[in-house]
Amino acid sequence: MKPGHGEILLAEGDLEVPAEERELIEAFRRQLDAGMWAAVPLVTGSGRREAQLVKDFGDVPRDADRVIFFPRAAGGGA
Amino acid sequence: MLLALCATAIVIFALLAEVLLPRIEKALQRRRARRRTLDSLGFDPGRERRAEQRARQLLRSCVNEEEWAMYRDLGFIRVWGRQADGPEGRSGGTPYAYLVYPHKPVVAYLPQTRRLLNEYCVEFPDETRPYGSALLPDSDDVLAKWMALTGDERGLIARSNMHLPGRQVDPEAVRRDLWRLSEWERDRVRRRRRADDARGGTVPAP
Repeated sequence: MKPGHGEILLAEGDLEVPAEERELIEAFRRQLDAGMWAAVPLVTGSGRREAQLVKDFGDVPRDADRVIFFPRAAGGGA
Repeated sequence: MLLALCATAIVIFALLAEVLLPRIEKALQRRRARRRTLDSLGFDPGRERRAEQRARQLLRSCVNEEEWAMYRDLGFIRVWGRQADGPEGRSGGTPYAYLVYPHKPVVAYLPQTRRLLNEYCVEFPDETRPYGSALLPDSDDVLAKWMALTGDERGLIARSNMHLPGRQVDPEAVRRDLWRLSEWERDRVRRRRRADDARGGTVPAP
């Protein structure tokens, strides 16, 4: 997510293809190094929708179809 | 007679011009200044609208159908809390929820009594300001709060600035929103029942 733009596609690939997986890992690291948070939208077994915040590429569920990066939360309006 | 009317009209016109011209000039100056400010910020209304459209699509693809409809119809989303004692231990074990507004504090409340608990001021600023602004589009801001609340409620609450209701949000406006929400839910239940009845083959009485 980007101010003034909304959703931007950063990288896409197939985890089963090693070269593409490496690209995804690098893109993931770049975003986290830039101070972004990463979240995977999920549908739980009961059908409930929620997000899983991930800090490591290894935590991303293998069947996830996307990871959303967004700026880190900060206290506001103090 | 005609001459007198013309003379009167000219006088009235001159007097009006005397009064109105400075105001028109000031309004034009303000408009020019506003444009200069927006230009210096790199603000582009068309780009912001397109960004918001993209953000709405993304939000819709992440939340459930009810939450999306709630946001579309009411302008906010309710997220149920999951901590046993509520945020900061304030719910006493009763179910609680948050109202998530775009670019406004998250408001915690007790749905049973509609009592407001706290407001949590939280922002997601992108200081790289890639397009001139550090603020996410409205729907992205709601989605960021939704993801943070459903993914790590305790962490988001800990990062936010907590205040009693009324610091930034108007408690009366929030209570009105809670009333709107209950009416909206009642209406949805009624419509669902009608649809179920129609599917079941029974025809509602005229």
